[in-house]
Amino acid sequence: MLSSQVKSNEIVFGNCNKDLLEEIIFYGIRLGADFVEIFIENTDNASVLAEEDFITSVSPSFGRGAGIRIFKNKKDGFVSTNDLTKHGLMKSVSQAIEMLDIKDNKNREVFNGLNKHRDYTLPKKNWINEVPSIHEISEKLLVSTNSLKKNNKIITRKGSYSRSLQEVIIASSDGTYASDIRLHQTVGLNVIASDAQYRSSGSRRFGSAGMPNEFRLWDHEKAANDVFESSMNMLYADYVDAGQMPVVLANKFGGVIFHEACGHLLETTQIERGTTPFENKLNEKIAHESVTAIDEGISEGSFGSLSVDDEGMEPEKSVLIKDGILKKFISDRAGELRTGHKRTGSGRRQNYSFAAASRMRNTFIAKGDYSKEDLINSISDGLYCKSMGGGSVGATGQFNFAVEEGYLIKNGKLTKPVKGATLIGEAKEVMPKISMCGNDLELAPGFCGSISGSVNVTVGQPHIKVDSITVGGR
Amino acid sequence: MDSREITTQISEAADSLNLRKWDYGASFSNDYSVQVDKGEAKQLKASQKQILTIRVWNQSNLVGITTTSDISESGIKKALKQANIASDFGNKNESTEFSPLAKDPIKVKEFKKRSPVGIKKLLTLLREAEVKLLKSHESIKSVPYNGLSESFFERVYANSDGAFRSYSKSQAALYLYARAEEKNNKPRSSGSIKLGYGVDDIDIESCIKEASNKTISHLNYSSIKTDKYLICFSPESFLTIINAFSSMFNARSILDGVSLSNKNSIGEKLSTEALNIYDDGLHEKNISSSPFDGEGTPTKRLCLINRGRIENFIHSESTARIFKTIPTGHAGLGSKVSVSPDWIVVEKSEEKSDLKTSLDHSSYEGEFVYIEELNAIHAGVRASQGSFSLPFDGWLYKNGTKVSIESATVAGDIKYLLKNIVNIESSQKVTTSGISPHIWVDELSITGDA
Repeated sequence: MLSSQVKSNEIVFGNCNKDLLEEIIFYGIRLGADFVEIFIENTDNASVLAEEDFITSVSPSFGRGAGIRIFKNKKDGFVSTNDLTKHGLMKSVSQAIEMLDIKDNKNREVFNGLNKHRDYTLPKKNWINEVPSIHEISEKLLVSTNSLKKNNKIITRKGSYSRSLQEVIIASSDGTYASDIRLHQTVGLNVIASDAQYRSSGSRRFGSAGMPNEFRLWDHEKAANDVFESSMNMLYADYVDAGQMPVVLANKFGGVIFHEACGHLLETTQIERGTTPFENKLNEKIAHESVTAIDEGISEGSFGSLSVDDEGMEPEKSVLIKDGILKKFISDRAGELRTGHKRTGSGRRQNYSFAAASRMRNTFIAKGDYSKEDLINSISDGLYCKSMGGGSVGATGQFNFAVEEGYLIKNGKLTKPVKGATLIGEAKEVMPKISMCGNDLELAPGFCGSISGSVNVTVGQPHIKVDSITVGGR
Repeated sequence: MDSREITTQISEAADSLNLRKWDYGASFSNDYSVQVDKGEAKQLKASQKQILTIRVWNQSNLVGITTTSDISESGIKKALKQANIASDFGNKNESTEFSPLAKDPIKVKEFKKRSPVGIKKLLTLLREAEVKLLKSHESIKSVPYNGLSESFFERVYANSDGAFRSYSKSQAALYLYARAEEKNNKPRSSGSIKLGYGVDDIDIESCIKEASNKTISHLNYSSIKTDKYLICFSPESFLTIINAFSSMFNARSILDGVSLSNKNSIGEKLSTEALNIYDDGLHEKNISSSPFDGEGTPTKRLCLINRGRIENFIHSESTARIFKTIPTGHAGLGSKVSVSPDWIVVEKSEEKSDLKTSLDHSSYEGEFVYIEELNAIHAGVRASQGSFSLPFDGWLYKNGTKVSIESATVAGDIKYLLKNIVNIESSQKVTTSGISPHIWVDELSITGDA
């Protein structure tokens, strides 16, 4: 008997756990569950921080745990535990059954055992040995922070790196049985510039999924120049005057507005809650005809890409909006059960302690026909948002985004830098006002926090023009 | 394994690896929560969680750290080994030591130990609360965000010098966030959160009433004209802004160059002499209090602003040593130790000042904007620059009437805000993040749609 076939009373990563997983799923079904799902993970993470010319923090972490979800009708009970023994997992199943108050197991569902193992780990097993060592990371971060030392107005220089390696096993009573290894690396640079009473900051973040060599290829000089320029441009900037005006949003991270303001409203969790204005708008026009928006998990290396989602489904490319018409919602298992929208391979969670939910992956507005200059030339008085900060969306769909680097547009030309701008609006009202899309689509990595925790995503867009939006300022 | 056993196991494993100096922090928790949707259980959750963070000092006295959820014998050994490897990259410019106060006595607040009420009771209570909230007003159509939870946890700190502290506690939370809809109007939302040591301590009725009243009060809404206004901050919103700019009192932030203050800022006048601000993690009303911080330093009350001037900074062990003072009980436990406030208490000092005491949110008849709640803090606050631009929920008061404000932001500078405080009302309100009276500020910019 091969070692991988040894019957175990505990989940062991790298071994075949089929018998044990089937036993646990059978147990749940026997007790009356409609559906049983097991998600098990093993993590190996590290982060490094360089400040000025020193490494000031190295933080490795590792862990393991399981999340067990039981469905009965449209309700679900979710239990998470660090105990990966048979006893611990069965106890979690019992707890979920008890929570759902399942007593009747007469008309129980049939479980025919797990399907053939879909093993996505095979080409990835060596990733942990291929990623840069702490020593290598530290050296490159120090070179990067040194590159930021461009004048005496830069008073704070930081470089940060983090790597997460997550090995997962997913099994459920519909036969799903899959394993995967996910690698995410991200690196960022931050500066604060100061001169007398003036202060500004600049930051850029880069990230990849898979691709263990990616950090080595990162062009830190280009990144440092970009962050430095941004902070210098903004150092003496005046505060923007508030008001309604046309804006041009830059490509890459400019896509965060679509992600936050519209993307979240296209997740089935929002339909379940009754908090999206787009619930009954399928095949109706919800945006300007120049807008086509996509959510997918398949672009190689993109921060939101994955081989298989956290519910064992391969991700698909979902065209959410086509020429302004709403075509699809982003759906997970619970979303399909409760709203009828087919799963899209978008069931995602931060880790084992969260139940999966419908979440975005790589989400972007497709490119159009215009150049960036065409967009700016079309505005006589407005704002160019070159770099966006974070933002948020309220329970009624109102959004608010900080502009990190902004410039006034006067008579079709970029003029002086302005700070303190925020963009305020509602997706339903702003989407029809995106009248021009550029031809320079680019993506940018980010982290999205929502109901199932923080997950890696990509946002993106070409340059876009919004005909009118409220700009908050002083 | 209990916390004493874990300490023994870490000690033995460290000995076997020839690691002489170490400390650790751990938390062990059991959490239960429910959510409902129109009378039906939506999601029921239970979790058992353990997190262990170990620091080791190598022979050069450099620190390395590792965090794990695996507290098996092999997991602990692996964590010690990884921390030892990480210590090769320890910060050579800023040493870390055990807190000199890690063995001092701690004050543990007395409270009756609560037992889990169980998922079924949580579900019953939340269902009833949802029904009552939906029935409270015809315009309230749903309660899209709701939850009732209870947590039972233990926190531990121990080190190789013999320090050992642990405490156990329970906490429960209820949140109800309602959505109201009326024909030809935009949907409006608001809500309420209540905390208690146990579910039976939570005033569910007042949570329902508050969520309902707040939501309904926003039904009559209008856009506001962009301009500068006299502002009244609710206790919740003023605490939000103080917490967002707490780097002004944070020694770690000062050393990192991301604070508006510097080493010499003690004594700097920031505001009216009528303003006092404390950090008081052990306050009797603070449900989330902890008797010691991540480094084992006892939690204590600390004056941050005394009669308008900066009085103290909050410290970890290493920042305190650099500032030639003692740790204040505000440290985390990390490779680079973070520092953060516990529970802010804002009060009016006894100093005579020229406050405009006629400004009272319940009786003032002139025009002002009442800011009930500030949103999107992570996006709209530039702590290192002192600026903020934040969306808010609130009302415009004019001629004795109030109208909810639709989609607006308030923008300004924290130092300007503190300098322009024109009144501090006398009565304080206990909130989930601290205690504060209503605070009036003159001339802040509001951006609206009108």
